[in-house]
Amino acid sequence: MSLLEINDLHVAIGEKPIVRGVTLAIRSGEVHAVMGPNGAGKSTLAKAVAGHPDYAITGGDVLLDGRSILDMEPDERARAGLFLAFQYPSEIPGVSIANFLRAALQARLGDGEELDASAYYRRLYEKMDMLKIDRKFTSRSVNDGFSGGEKKRCEILQMAMIEPKFALMDETDSGLDIDALKIVAEGAERLRGPGLGMLLITHYQRLLNYIVPDFVHVMHEGRIVKSGDKSLALELDAKGYDWVKKDLVPA
Amino acid sequence: MSDEPQTIALGPTAADNPAAGIDQSSGNFSYDMKYEFDAGSGLNERTVEYISSVKKEAAWLREFRLNALKTFQAKPLPTHWATRDLENINFDKIRYYLSSGQKPKRTWDEVPEDIKRTFERLGIPEQERKFLAGVEAQFDSEAAYSNIKETVAKQGVIFVNSTEALREHPEIFRKWFGKVIPTSDNKFSALNSAVFSGGSFIYVPPGIKVSHPLQAYFRINAENFGQFERTLIIVDEGSEVTYMEGCTAPKFSTATLHSAVVELVALKGAKIQYITVQNWANNVFNLVTKRGLAHEEAEIKWIDCNIGSRLTMKYPGVVLKGRKSRGEVLSIALANDGQHQDTGAKMVHAADETSSNIIAKSISVGQGRSTYRGVVHIPRHLKGCKNNTECDALLINTNSRTDTYPAITVRGDRHAVQHEASVSKVSEEQIFYMKQRGLTEGQAMSLSVNGFINDLARQFPMEYSVELKRLIDLEMEGSVG
Repeated sequence: MSLLEINDLHVAIGEKPIVRGVTLAIRSGEVHAVMGPNGAGKSTLAKAVAGHPDYAITGGDVLLDGRSILDMEPDERARAGLFLAFQYPSEIPGVSIANFLRAALQARLGDGEELDASAYYRRLYEKMDMLKIDRKFTSRSVNDGFSGGEKKRCEILQMAMIEPKFALMDETDSGLDIDALKIVAEGAERLRGPGLGMLLITHYQRLLNYIVPDFVHVMHEGRIVKSGDKSLALELDAKGYDWVKKDLVPA
Repeated sequence: MSDEPQTIALGPTAADNPAAGIDQSSGNFSYDMKYEFDAGSGLNERTVEYISSVKKEAAWLREFRLNALKTFQAKPLPTHWATRDLENINFDKIRYYLSSGQKPKRTWDEVPEDIKRTFERLGIPEQERKFLAGVEAQFDSEAAYSNIKETVAKQGVIFVNSTEALREHPEIFRKWFGKVIPTSDNKFSALNSAVFSGGSFIYVPPGIKVSHPLQAYFRINAENFGQFERTLIIVDEGSEVTYMEGCTAPKFSTATLHSAVVELVALKGAKIQYITVQNWANNVFNLVTKRGLAHEEAEIKWIDCNIGSRLTMKYPGVVLKGRKSRGEVLSIALANDGQHQDTGAKMVHAADETSSNIIAKSISVGQGRSTYRGVVHIPRHLKGCKNNTECDALLINTNSRTDTYPAITVRGDRHAVQHEASVSKVSEEQIFYMKQRGLTEGQAMSLSVNGFINDLARQFPMEYSVELKRLIDLEMEGSVG
């Protein structure tokens, strides 16, 4: 059982404060959704936790199993068990998905340890079958010329192979049509389990039809202004974010 | 140029040994060698005469060398188009000839332990060391090791060093020597013509497809010691050969000069593939002239990877002399901090229906600078010629610099020419993405670079693409602060 704690976190881009005191605790097996209007600071929260160099932590702390991760490099955080599914995944021309994932898994082994290639491919194909991904996919360069849906499936496949303790899924539904959304969301739902804590960042409720969260948090102007269970998402969908802006902004 | 008489040392003492007393900290390894012949430092007629006499050369060759020296002395440095860094070469401080005095060895067992240890330190894997049993490896200015696989010898292929070739095959050597690259081609081809030593000579008789790639390893092992190998490869009608050259040099504190000349002759319908992976130390001036002459329906392909060195200037070329001949240059250059890779290609179309292809990829890291310089020449009176030129540059961090000078001269309207160039960057987002998957910054950059050159590297023989990947990994690790 692992625990990811975000304690009164403040994040700025340049001089501009974006996240202004967020507190959140996620346990293994739990699925939390963070919803909110554009500019609420949802994506900033995810990137800051992952250690993006453009985001300065100006206050608070992030703890993984009781230990602060703020002095760790992004790759150290990743190897410690944090995974960020990107809203806009980068393209890596000339590097196949299979080689990229192999390098990522190799980086998790100790000095002198060598990844077993045949076991690796066996596992890769298993995960691909589970996620209903064509095997030809792995020989393509990472995200290079991918459609929006392919990029997101590629993120889910990486998540399946890396098996993080906590996954931060940043607007995984953005830019997808309903069919692509369904495929990606069902893939993520399959990875749900007692060993994985998930933080879903989304603008719309529709993703939550496929991955039903245990907790829903509403973010506005850099703060979590309301938390509840899955019914909060439905309420939000019915009433719109104006409801949050009007009624829920704390004094 | 110094007019002082040169001290010629025969049989060195410890004080004469240039490798003695050098800090051999990690990465800077060098082993004491006993140099039996030494031309001292500096260059004048006596140096050239000394080299010629030690090698017991014929009068025509001594004349050739002395004339080349005059050409070298008369020619200015090409700083009107090339970097002024060339002015920092102190020709008086360079040692022009050293020999360990050993005859080329026939088997791996006979190779001195010192040399084996150096190969080991260079990280050449076990299989590859075994593979070396079928190669010629140059150690300093003479081949320390030479062995032709029996199958290759049975095919009638001559594969010896240039000194031995002059002695044993003078008629064929002389026929082509200096014909593809004349002494006066440039200042450094003149220098090489004056003082050359070592290098390979290959002759493939008609109708033979050489079953094994022929391979040579070169390295520099003495401070201030310039290496001037001379390679001549002649492939007779309808024959094929692949030659592989790998260079790794230990690091020394003062600048070293490497100035080779490589001439290829592909007779009617012949195919030559010449592959180079070079990794020079940061202080090496690597100024190499490489050119091939392609007769009718012949094909010459240069695969050239340049990593390291202070300054590399190298533009492998093909003179497409015969109808329907083909020339190709695939080039990869990596310029790290303090390095300048000035590389490219030359394609001279001199017959109808000739075609050429140039794909150049450069990577600039930190303060590294890479320059693509290309010449494609198609004259008006020809018809049906084709050229494709692609130059791609990858920049890693904002201080790096890249320039492209593609001079494509096409006259007449019966030709097809294509040119594409691109510049891309390894962005911070891309590095963050890869780090988020658990890769260190060095591993991430290495992967980006390997991806960038992947489509070219795939065309290399397996052991070379593995070695290239390893070199890039090392370079990228070192470039992360």
